[in-house]
Amino acid sequence: MELNELSIKLASFETEGVSFESFLIANEGEQDVLQVIVDGNDELPIFVTQTEEQLLCISYLFAENEVQADMRNELNETLLRLNVPIPLSAFAKIDDKYAIFGALSVNSSFDDITHELVTLADNAIDALEAVTIYLND
Amino acid sequence: MSILKKLFTAVRGGAREAGQAIVDANGIRIFEQEIADAQNALQRAKKSLTEVMAKEMQTKRKISALDASIAEHEAYAGQALEKGNEALALEIAEKIGDFEAEKAEHEEVLAGFSNHIVQLKQQVKEAEKSIKENQRQLTMVKTTESVQQATMAVNSTLNTNSSSMTSARESLERIKQRQQDRQDQLGAAKQLEADTNGDDLKAKMAEAGIGDTNPKSADILARIKAKQNS
Repeated sequence: MELNELSIKLASFETEGVSFESFLIANEGEQDVLQVIVDGNDELPIFVTQTEEQLLCISYLFAENEVQADMRNELNETLLRLNVPIPLSAFAKIDDKYAIFGALSVNSSFDDITHELVTLADNAIDALEAVTIYLND
Repeated sequence: MSILKKLFTAVRGGAREAGQAIVDANGIRIFEQEIADAQNALQRAKKSLTEVMAKEMQTKRKISALDASIAEHEAYAGQALEKGNEALALEIAEKIGDFEAEKAEHEEVLAGFSNHIVQLKQQVKEAEKSIKENQRQLTMVKTTESVQQATMAVNSTLNTNSSSMTSARESLERIKQRQQDRQDQLGAAKQLEADTNGDDLKAKMAEAGIGDTNPKSADILARIKAKQNS
């Protein structure tokens, strides 16, 4: 499914009691990115990109400089440990930002994609709530 | 060096500037070329394999035809001997000798084909493995690249969007507030519905013993007793 097609479908769709807003960040000649907001939570947008093999859904959680310096190791360790139990999503770091992401096959159905987006959005909020103790006041 | 190892080293180095490709375009082209070469090799090996397998079958058929001829002529020689025609039997035996010589030649050729088949099958297996491996590595390179490009696109959006510059703590508070608001709204809606239906007032009145209250069994019993006594 192309990203613009996904965007159109999301606009008129509601699942698991949740609605979506999305818009395409067109990137001339480069990678297109679809920004998806789940359930009105525009603080934690999900960025969807497509490659030949997979559909990547990424949500940025916090910047490295928001982490209390003396707790960084503990936070990293905790995130590594949480990677397996957390459903469908995994933690990552992109440049200086911590992120949570999920990867899907490009052959995934629309239902698979929306389920991923809803789960990722929930996971992002839960994760942010769980790690606040490691962040600067 | 495997791509994963290269990526690991680059990430560990940390000196990478945003958007700088870990594996240059040339590296990607080399990978794609290697995949194309392996696919060509695979096609060639598969084509040779079918040809050699066909030849192997032909040779086997020839050998079994010769076996049949040998058996047939052995029977003829036996019949000639039974009839006391030693000269004819000898002639037939010579013919059998020719058949056996021909069979030996074919068997040698067959062994060559069989060896070739084993080799070609090995080549096919290796080419398939190499294609899969290169494709896996290429996927890693391309994903890394596309994530970098996407990150750049996202960053330029984030930087023009001031609301996204807030800290994670503030974001979380806002989300929690929104969730709470929604709950409150839901609660308020329920309250309003109860009020309009008058459920709430009725419940309060019933509690105070006002309005249509269900007659209590104790009262009923008292009424019956009063009737009996009168």
